[in-house]
Amino acid sequence: METRELICIGCPMGCPLKVEMNGEEVSTVTGNTCKRGDDYARKEVTNPTRIVTSSVIVEGGSLAAVSVKTKEDIPKGKIFDIMKALKGVKVQAPVHIGDVIVSNVADTGVDIIATKNVN
Amino acid sequence: MLRQVYDIVVVGGGPAGLAAAVSAKRNGIESILVLERDKELGGILNQCIHNGFGLHTFKEELTGPEYAGRFIAQLEEEKIEYKLNTMVMDISDEKVITAMNREDGMFEIEAKAVILAMGCRERSRGALNIPGYRPAGIYSAGTAQRLVNMEGYMPGREVVILGSGDIGLIMARRMTLEGAKVKVVAELLPYSGGLKRNIVQCLDDFGIPLKLSHTVVDIDGKERVEGITIAEVDENRKPIPGTEEHYTCDTLLLSCGLIPENEISRSLGVEMSPITSGPLVNECLETNVEGVFACGNVLHVHDLVDFVSEEAGAAGKHAAEYVKNGAKHQPSAAKDIPIVATEGARYTVPKTINPERMDEKHTVRFRVGDVYKNCYVSVYFGDKRVIHRKRPVVAPGEMEEVVLKKEELAAFPDLSQITVKIEEA
Amino acid sequence: MYDVIIIGAGVSGAASARELSRYKLNICVVEKEEDVCCGTSKANSAIAHAGFDAESGSLMAKLNVEGSQMMAELSRELDFPFKQNGSLVVCLHEEEMPNLKKLYERGIENGVKDLRIINRKELVELEPNISDEAVAALYAPTGGIVCPFGMNIAFAENAAQNGVEFKFDTEVSGFEKKDDAWIVKTNQGDFETRYIVNAAGVYADKFHNMVSEKKLHITPRRGDYCLLDRTTEGFVTHTIFQLPGKYGKGVLVTPTVHGNTLVGPTAIDIENKEGTNTTQEGIDELISKAGTTVKGLPIRQVITSFAGLRAHEDGHEFCIGEVEGAKGFIDCAGIESPGLTSAPAIGKMVAGIVRDLTGAEENPDFVGTRKGILDPKTLSNEERAALIKENPAYGNIICRCEMVTEGEIIDAINRPLGAKSLDGVKRRTRAGMGRCQAGFCSPRTIEILARERGVDPSEITKSGGNSKIIVGINKDRI
Repeated sequence: METRELICIGCPMGCPLKVEMNGEEVSTVTGNTCKRGDDYARKEVTNPTRIVTSSVIVEGGSLAAVSVKTKEDIPKGKIFDIMKALKGVKVQAPVHIGDVIVSNVADTGVDIIATKNVN
Repeated sequence: MLRQVYDIVVVGGGPAGLAAAVSAKRNGIESILVLERDKELGGILNQCIHNGFGLHTFKEELTGPEYAGRFIAQLEEEKIEYKLNTMVMDISDEKVITAMNREDGMFEIEAKAVILAMGCRERSRGALNIPGYRPAGIYSAGTAQRLVNMEGYMPGREVVILGSGDIGLIMARRMTLEGAKVKVVAELLPYSGGLKRNIVQCLDDFGIPLKLSHTVVDIDGKERVEGITIAEVDENRKPIPGTEEHYTCDTLLLSCGLIPENEISRSLGVEMSPITSGPLVNECLETNVEGVFACGNVLHVHDLVDFVSEEAGAAGKHAAEYVKNGAKHQPSAAKDIPIVATEGARYTVPKTINPERMDEKHTVRFRVGDVYKNCYVSVYFGDKRVIHRKRPVVAPGEMEEVVLKKEELAAFPDLSQITVKIEEA
Repeated sequence: MYDVIIIGAGVSGAASARELSRYKLNICVVEKEEDVCCGTSKANSAIAHAGFDAESGSLMAKLNVEGSQMMAELSRELDFPFKQNGSLVVCLHEEEMPNLKKLYERGIENGVKDLRIINRKELVELEPNISDEAVAALYAPTGGIVCPFGMNIAFAENAAQNGVEFKFDTEVSGFEKKDDAWIVKTNQGDFETRYIVNAAGVYADKFHNMVSEKKLHITPRRGDYCLLDRTTEGFVTHTIFQLPGKYGKGVLVTPTVHGNTLVGPTAIDIENKEGTNTTQEGIDELISKAGTTVKGLPIRQVITSFAGLRAHEDGHEFCIGEVEGAKGFIDCAGIESPGLTSAPAIGKMVAGIVRDLTGAEENPDFVGTRKGILDPKTLSNEERAALIKENPAYGNIICRCEMVTEGEIIDAINRPLGAKSLDGVKRRTRAGMGRCQAGFCSPRTIEILARERGVDPSEITKSGGNSKIIVGINKDRI
């Protein structure tokens, strides 16, 4: 049995959570004061994911850079691979919100999309 | 000098200004002008490229520019006029606005109603009285955010951050992702002013230490920052000798609070709250100057943009009613009842409420002055407690709210004061 | 070969350069920093002292009163901000009245005009926020306030207009005597000159001691200050000193020409000639003393604190003249308060010495006036509208706190001895000097500086040298 300790991010309470792991399986979550803590802990220990946001250079537009994000959550461990994949990326204006900037970034199966219009 | 006439002029094209203008239009006002000093609409959201915006308003998680984009699209749909790169220089008490830009030069606008939505600025190093040298490499977190996110420039390589407000936390992650090393985040208070989520996802994810009850006591480096010394502080927030720790770094970011930008409001004669540094408003979000409304961070600093949009929507609606009904908008025989924040509650917005003029329900927002656990948020009408809501925790970093109902207030015809307070369990 | 090399582009060096440019001389000013006004001249009380403070009969007293009397006309000729707001030395204890009287008598002896002692009633009329303890004050209507950057830059620009050469980032390392001339050795090479003016501020002793056996010693005396927001304008209208006595020296509270309130200085002797760091003790001392002469000082409105170094010579006297045993080497040393006030007179005196030594003829082409950067806030709305029509850059506000336009910033960059850095722009236009302390405008000012100077934004510094703002581009190290 392995124990993982987390801080719940559900509300400002910040409950200290203890997650008992049976291999890859979560056996119990303790320390939470509501259901959200339980849900958070199970997701965070088995498959922690994040949205990554950054900005890339735009050429020929009204602004120097355009903000971008992963269209969906990506595995937490892939964050820096994604940043490396974005290094040196340049796009041509115009760019619209939702335009794919890099598809299947760092083999995550997730696209990087623009989050801003640049004309 | 060119002089134009509009029903409503909105000062500021950030989230508050955009939502106020759209709401005013949807409440029947055709003649609206938004004045924005930057080169694009959207205000500070344009540099907040992280996600987490819009859960209340759009039921999805958006980035700052996407959230702004939604409102900009509404503004365009409603065909509301706006001017960019335009600075408001002055507003007279007759609501004549003097503004300036490259194309129109100096010009004046006569407005029937004005909505103040200028936002806020960051507390600077100077205002914090941090001793040491004054080299390059000291930025407010927002300035660094603009450089990194909007211009693609790195303002430093090795970073110490003072202040654990959300912008500081968010910038710790942004700088790390872009290749900088964030060595520590120091927070003067014994608790963080930022959201738990940001502490976990912006600091813990990257192993960045957060030192509570610490402050910067020295800045080294004549030309560029070369090092920062932090020290632990006692309960009076004074550095404790002997607890100094030195960090070699080239950058200090400051995320130590936001100050509403009310210079124009003051010159217009708007009465200010010494607590929020924003205007005192009634439940219509109208200031003491008739026909002048305020919303968003110029009124009080928010932590969620969704609440800014909601508040601004109300300001837009009331401004529209003011324009339609003139000075006697929603005449009321009843008196404005003052709302007093005390015992843990620091202020309320609005500051007064009129039981006749108000909607069926009115959300009163406020902040607490300290962290309270297992407490009650209480509201008293006179000396009768009417709301007693249990809260596992309240903290200064998170805005609180209570909802007042018209029918409940109607049962207290001679009410002279409403009190909002935090009560221990 | 130069006729004169002036070491230091502070206010003394720049004033000397300007006065020397009245003569047919080949003049060069060498400055170790990237701009004029980077040392003692940039961080001080910004006061034009009436002249009652310096010891009667001293050179300090003479040049102070002369400088004070020249200031108003000079500020018109050279177009820099100056205001004769009057100063008050406040006596807080009845038993110290004799000291106030003494100060009055010294002022009279020094030739200060219109000086008088006023009672509490009149004092309260002049300054409603004066301390309840105040019993009387020495009132000097001729006291004034000046923009130290404005004056220093005006002298330098006018000198440059009249042919004086300025070499920045040029640090003097030593001297050699060659026949009747001097070789000035610097990090930018050696320069030959007939005369040297040593106006090196806190470093003037170092250069003096290289050429003279009669040693000079200058202590950097640090002064910490707090600057309050312009929202405090009108809190005091006169410069308010505390009468020095057994209760200490106190700190002054004064309006600035731009409407801020300035509180300071401390006086802390240090070793390090570059030690312009503020300290917690210094700031705490200021805050504790600031409320002594006035009540309800809005100290929470502080927008910045800073420290400057006075060049305190052991004898507390200006040392101006040809150095004994070092022919052609002229000291302009020990210039501490009232150095800023005295600068116009110091410039004249130095120029007089060099003229007498060289026998130089007057420069018939000398132009004694200079136009400063146009401040659109001084125009009527109609004039301003016309200005923007002619040059739209004056319609674009860059610094929202001080309402500085792009037009002013472009002017500051492109004029003679123009601004190269953010601080250079700030000292010339006040962009970044306001309550947000350049938080909003610095990215925009960097953009304008880079465009006007034709360099990459990453080259723009805060104040020259290694003071870079931008150190790379995103992801360049991952």
